Amino acid sequence: MAAPLALVLVVAVTVRAALFRSSLAEFISERVEVVSPLSSWKRVVEGLSLLDLGVSPYSGAVFHETPLIIYLFHFLIDYAELVFMITDALTAIALYFAIQDFNKVVFKKQKLLLELDQYAPDVAELIRTPMEMRYIPLKVALFYLLNPYTILSCVAKSTCAINNTLTAFFILTTIKGSAFLSAIFLALATYQSLYPLTLFVPGLLYLLQRQYIPVKMKSKAFWIFSWEYAMMYVGSLVVIVCLSFFLLSSWDFIPAVYGFMEHPIFFMFIQIAIIAIFKSYPTVGDVALYMAFFPVWNHLYRFLRNIFVLTCIIIVCSLLFPVLWHLWIYAGSANSNFFYAITLTFNVGQPRNSSVCTQEPTETRTTCRDRVCAKHCCCMLGGSAEVGGVVSAQGVSATVKHTPATLLPSLIPAVLWLLTWTYWPEKK
Amino acid sequence: MGLLSDPVRRRALARLVLRLNAPLCVLSYVAGIAWFLALVFPPLTQRTYMSENAMGSTMVEEQFAGGDRARAFARDFAAHRKKSGALPVAWLERTMRSVGLEVYTQSFSRKLPFPDETHERYMVSGTNVYGILRAPRAASTESLVLTVPCGSDSTNSQAVGLLLALAAHFRGQIYWAKDIIFLVTEHDLLGTEAWLEAYHDVNVTGMQSSPLQGRAGAIQAAVALELSSDVVTSLDVAVEGLNGQLPNLDLLNLFQTFCQKGGLLCTLQGKLQPQDWTSLDGPLQGLQTLLLMVLRQASGRPHGSHGLFLRYRVEALTLRGINSFRQYKYDLVAVGKALEGMFRKLNHLLERLHQSFFLYLLPALSRFVSIGLYMPAAGFLLLVLGLKALELWMQLHEAEVGLEEPGGAPGPSVPLPPSQGVGLASLVAPLLISQAMGLALYVLPVLGQHVATQHFPVAEAEAVVLTLLAIYAAGLALPHNTHRVVSTQAPDRGWMALKLVALIYLALQLGCIALTNFSLGFLLATTMVPAAALAKPHGPRTLYAALLVLTSPAATLLGSLFLWRELQEAPLSLAEGWQLFLAALAQGVLEHHTYGALLFPLLSLGLYPCWLLFWNVLFWK
Repeated sequence: MAAPLALVLVVAVTVRAALFRSSLAEFISERVEVVSPLSSWKRVVEGLSLLDLGVSPYSGAVFHETPLIIYLFHFLIDYAELVFMITDALTAIALYFAIQDFNKVVFKKQKLLLELDQYAPDVAELIRTPMEMRYIPLKVALFYLLNPYTILSCVAKSTCAINNTLTAFFILTTIKGSAFLSAIFLALATYQSLYPLTLFVPGLLYLLQRQYIPVKMKSKAFWIFSWEYAMMYVGSLVVIVCLSFFLLSSWDFIPAVYGFMEHPIFFMFIQIAIIAIFKSYPTVGDVALYMAFFPVWNHLYRFLRNIFVLTCIIIVCSLLFPVLWHLWIYAGSANSNFFYAITLTFNVGQPRNSSVCTQEPTETRTTCRDRVCAKHCCCMLGGSAEVGGVVSAQGVSATVKHTPATLLPSLIPAVLWLLTWTYWPEKK
Repeated sequence: MGLLSDPVRRRALARLVLRLNAPLCVLSYVAGIAWFLALVFPPLTQRTYMSENAMGSTMVEEQFAGGDRARAFARDFAAHRKKSGALPVAWLERTMRSVGLEVYTQSFSRKLPFPDETHERYMVSGTNVYGILRAPRAASTESLVLTVPCGSDSTNSQAVGLLLALAAHFRGQIYWAKDIIFLVTEHDLLGTEAWLEAYHDVNVTGMQSSPLQGRAGAIQAAVALELSSDVVTSLDVAVEGLNGQLPNLDLLNLFQTFCQKGGLLCTLQGKLQPQDWTSLDGPLQGLQTLLLMVLRQASGRPHGSHGLFLRYRVEALTLRGINSFRQYKYDLVAVGKALEGMFRKLNHLLERLHQSFFLYLLPALSRFVSIGLYMPAAGFLLLVLGLKALELWMQLHEAEVGLEEPGGAPGPSVPLPPSQGVGLASLVAPLLISQAMGLALYVLPVLGQHVATQHFPVAEAEAVVLTLLAIYAAGLALPHNTHRVVSTQAPDRGWMALKLVALIYLALQLGCIALTNFSLGFLLATTMVPAAALAKPHGPRTLYAALLVLTSPAATLLGSLFLWRELQEAPLSLAEGWQLFLAALAQGVLEHHTYGALLFPLLSLGLYPCWLLFWNVLFWK
């Protein structure tokens, strides 16, 4: 299996290298869909030159990257293109191995349940054979590397690619069961863009599951492990933030950078999708990461409805972004509402597309009764809602509907976030 | 939106779409065409009105009286131009300085990708002359432009004369709050492009030019003037710019206001405006003007040098003096007064023109159709593609479900063949080949012109056009090429999947085009949609093939040329039409390279490959 992966990597790197050499690279790196003020390469360069001049990069309102990124590129600025190609390749490799491992886990569980004869007879078609699962990791890597959105972000040298790499490594280490590394990568990802904070809960749940620790309030092991994981996470976060402080010897970067169960892996996927939908300054690079996960849930495609309409929405929107942007900024004949409307439409299409298995199954009667499907349905949306916001809101609540225990921890980030903002010292 | 979620109602809807597909498609197409034709009738066309407050309420008094002076300037200019054989730069500089302007020149040169036979030029070099009238009332932050493009033939002398006389008159006034730039460009549009690029300090077309020495702030509006006689019977106004861009409707309203005030006769597309909109005659005449505008806008050519200003977000239009056999004639004073009035009102602007419409169609000078009212016409046409795609999708999907249903009883069902995988893999070859064909059509003609001239007895320009046609026709041989590549495992599914992709591809392109240039989108939709919807490898194939060929992008261009001359009441013979077609092809390629017109890449890289896909569907085995 290594040969096809290597082939995909070679193709992906060739495409990127060719695009870096073409005149398109400059055009792409200016597109609003691909880079945001938070992830623009231009601003990294600006920050670097400010640093070289001995000015704090955060003194103006231009630079919003984290100190570690700026120091990383301080040494690697000449190899920036190479760095971005490598990060993309690393993301794909991490996803590949993560999914390979995850498949093994799923298969073992399935086998166990089959032997115990706990499946209802009509779910046979949902049980996955090793043949079907064999190519899923490769497909995931393929989906990530050859997705036009990923290629665009890479060619634009959007630092979003680095965030994706960190998140991918977090997923890999979590699935491999290494709590320490998982905490470090989660801390790094949180440090980069704050939003991965919400991945703490699914990560913790998966690690608990791996060690057969039940999620019970009374269980001692549960609290001990949670405490350990939280400490590792907070510890790494503190180390990283302090490191940044010592690099710049000021706390300027914090306001500048952060101004703004049962199936933990699935929860993680939905969480990444929700982050991509609701984050401020979203770019197509964020969408690319969770799109890579589609093959993992491909056995649930049969529950998808309106897939044709949704795929068309995504494609049409991707094409209309530049057209309406042109009309607004360049031709001056349309205004910002045109562009805004298309971003809304894109977000309506997104959750419907992203939640591959979030559709209520047509045959509720046959599927929801048995266990396998009930588990997969736990994240399914009420099928009647079609509007983006409503869908996503329902997605959040429905995700945890069947596992009330997960509801509570998922509120913690929200509460933390609120507290942070309420008691944050006013900046002048 | 429970409609799509409730399985029972969903199935009913699906059955409705499947059973009534053909009538719905016909109905939708007819509705689109009927809607477009109905645009000229009063509830859909509205009277134009001035939206910009700064130009509406205040009236100005025009005092221009320099008719004799303008004629004298024009005579001198013509004489000097005849003597030197080019633009008399030194004379212009001297004269502009003598009327009190700050004068600068700009030299430029450009080697065209191949010789332009219509304008007889290849290696072009020239000089632009411009004078700036500094506004006494403001710092030079905003400006207006009056420009006269001078071609290689000795026309437009009167326009230069009037420009100079107006400059002299404006110089004596104290109320200017915006600088006024008086610009005379050589080699008409090429000079304008060079000047605009240098003014905004960009280089988008590979023009070599010297940097500008003097600037006058952001240009708010521009008027281009073309005048070749001492007296005129009417003024024709052109609005269509590069890639179908239009100026703000208020600028046109402004022109119309001053035409009415001065009693000048003005025309749009060379047509007088109908007076009576209540009977059928008015709207029918309006339809003629509307169609002319649609054809002109669809061509994406800049119809006058104002068209290039629009790209830089400068509202601009071109005024052409027409001297026909009408009895009543106006002298240069009347034209000058209208221009003076327009400039004085533009001088009042507090912000860029933005209040009125940017996207409109004009059935007459004083009537317009706004975007909200004309868009449904294109929408109905695109709906046909959507309906057809939905039908195909359901048929493809049903084939899968049909396989599944017999084994629906409890028990291990037979795993489905990976039908989707086969369908998608078989699409890659036709898609790649047709896209490569489009790329060849775009790149090869200009790239291979020298090779062609070495081996065949043709000139470069001919070589480009003939290579274009050859590659275009060679694309029709495509089905034979792909047959060997495509596996024929599931023959019926294969063409259906290909057609589905082609339909979505076409709908996407037409939708995007209709948003930026409605006329082009609508024209292409009218011709391409029926053939695209009908194409399938069964039934009367010869008929479908003929229909498909007749509605291909090149045939549409040829048809548009005939319709264009028909509407102008100067019908073409077949031979003339063919000559005009060849010239239009060459012009299309040239304008893409010299001004950045997008029609040629759009047709060659987007619509032609898409059309080839339908051709491929038709000859699917």
